[in-house]
Amino acid sequence: MEPILEVNDLSVYYGVIQALKGISFKVNKGEVVALIGANGAGKTTTLHTLSGLIKADTGLIKYKGEEITKIPGHKIVSMGMAQVPEGRRVFAEMTVFQNLKMGAYTRDNSAEFQETLEKIYTRFPRLKERSSQLAGTLSGGEQQMLAMGRALMSHPEIILMDEPSMGLSPIFVNEIFNIIEDVNKDGVTVLLVEQNAKKALSIANRAYVLETGSIVKEGNAADLLNDEAIKKAYLGE
Amino acid sequence: MSFLTYLINGLSLGSIYAIIALGYTMVYGIAKMLNFAHGDFIMVGCYIIFSVSGAIGGGSTMGVILSVILSVVLCSLLGITTEFIAYRPLRGAASPLAVLITAIGVSYLLENVALLIFGADVKSFSSVITWQGLSFADGQLRIQGVTIVTIVVSLVILICLQLFINKTKQGQAMLAVAEDKGAATLMGINVNKTIMLTFAIGSALAAVAGALLCSAYPNLSPYVGAMPGIKAFVAAVLGGIGSIPGAMIGGLVLGIVEILSKTYISSQLSDAIVFGILVIVLIVKPTGILGKVIQEKV
Ligand SMILES: Nc1ncnc2c1ncn2[C@@H]1O[C@H](COP(=O)(O)OP(=O)(O)O)[C@@H](O)[C@H]1O
Ligand SMILES: [Mg+2]
Repeated sequence: MEPILEVNDLSVYYGVIQALKGISFKVNKGEVVALIGANGAGKTTTLHTLSGLIKADTGLIKYKGEEITKIPGHKIVSMGMAQVPEGRRVFAEMTVFQNLKMGAYTRDNSAEFQETLEKIYTRFPRLKERSSQLAGTLSGGEQQMLAMGRALMSHPEIILMDEPSMGLSPIFVNEIFNIIEDVNKDGVTVLLVEQNAKKALSIANRAYVLETGSIVKEGNAADLLNDEAIKKAYLGE
Repeated sequence: MSFLTYLINGLSLGSIYAIIALGYTMVYGIAKMLNFAHGDFIMVGCYIIFSVSGAIGGGSTMGVILSVILSVVLCSLLGITTEFIAYRPLRGAASPLAVLITAIGVSYLLENVALLIFGADVKSFSSVITWQGLSFADGQLRIQGVTIVTIVVSLVILICLQLFINKTKQGQAMLAVAEDKGAATLMGINVNKTIMLTFAIGSALAAVAGALLCSAYPNLSPYVGAMPGIKAFVAAVLGGIGSIPGAMIGGLVLGIVEILSKTYISSQLSDAIVFGILVIVLIVKPTGILGKVIQEKV
């Protein structure tokens, strides 16, 4: 299997606080890889660094064999790496349709846009119903779907998802995880950050466990689901 | 009839405030900073027109058009340069006061450079609008050319801006950056470039406002932009800072109130009345007439 994403010895500081302490991991093409860890472990920092929103202090990020560590954030998405950020961060004062259009900002083909839009509306019928509604007026679950639809509009090869189940009712949580599996089946690689470790491990191929800025464990998701320490710390068993 | 004349004059002055306020409000909405030097861009624009039309012999239509275009272009460049040198390095600074104080510094800098080059004496600005205007009802109601042009220009600007923001990709990118710079970056939007474009547009509008202002009130000095700048800031806040239609409404209200209170109440008190209205509006509706509730983004 060839890695689509390789992270090597990555460190990130906020001022004097070191949020990532030299982490290394990789994501292979076609996989769902889960990154689990408690609040404050450094999961969001990891995804922000991958997307170029914050700069790595040391270390290397390789995407499809090319080093992207120093590439500005706005150039990352057109390379095929999209992110569904923590807290969804939809554009509240724009309509659902305008949000989806922003997702396709780097794509210039209007025929392709229509086609992708139809696909997304088929996957998320609620978004179609509410296409002219302001995104800020959607429910949390609907906003999550919009954030996903928006990221998919850019035709990503890999999608980074930051706690997509956060704050959602159980029905929505199941729906969101089903959608993640569907997206992956369509050929999109997924790096999934979650505090809901059980759910994440149940759909992931492999997983990494992050603790205060360091990766403390890695392995097949199925193995980690049965790992005693993991069960205790993250699965509440 | 005279009331109508005053109302139209107020509308015209208000249109100038509105054009300046549009620049203020766009920069605030998108870059999240108050560019207190914005008023001085007006002054720079006026001196450019003054110098260029002086050099090529003013009065000719070509000369006027050329000087206004040059003023708009150079003010845009000045806006971009100021943002790049003075404001961008402070973006993300711990305190928003840093950039505010820098903007005040830029304001003094521009005023004093103008003082150095042109001196403190008031120059007489020859209007860029030579059209005499219209007269109605057997000459009882006369509207000056500059008044009509000002109102028309501001309407055209407002419509163009709305179309630009709602119909173009760059305009939508501005809205996205205004809401959430991080999320905009994730969409592939170049935030720095978008902010740069905002400054270019805002400063170009200041140049247009300058041409109109100095045509209506032809006394040019290094401080010519200061008061209109403050009034336009008040207009932007009154309308709801960050809102484009708000800036327009705020500007018009301010201009009309100023002229009517100058005429019917007292010319000394008119500014006090203008600022008094601001205070009252902000007490009743802290976000301004069209302002949205400000949400703190986490
Ligand atoms: N903008 C910031 N400034 C300073 N410290 C931050 C900032 N963002 C996150 N941190 C700190 O970095 C650490 C990792 O945060 P984060 O990546 O958000 O964790 P997670 O997403 O796993 O909850 C935490 O200790 C957090 O307090
Ligand atoms: Mg997080």
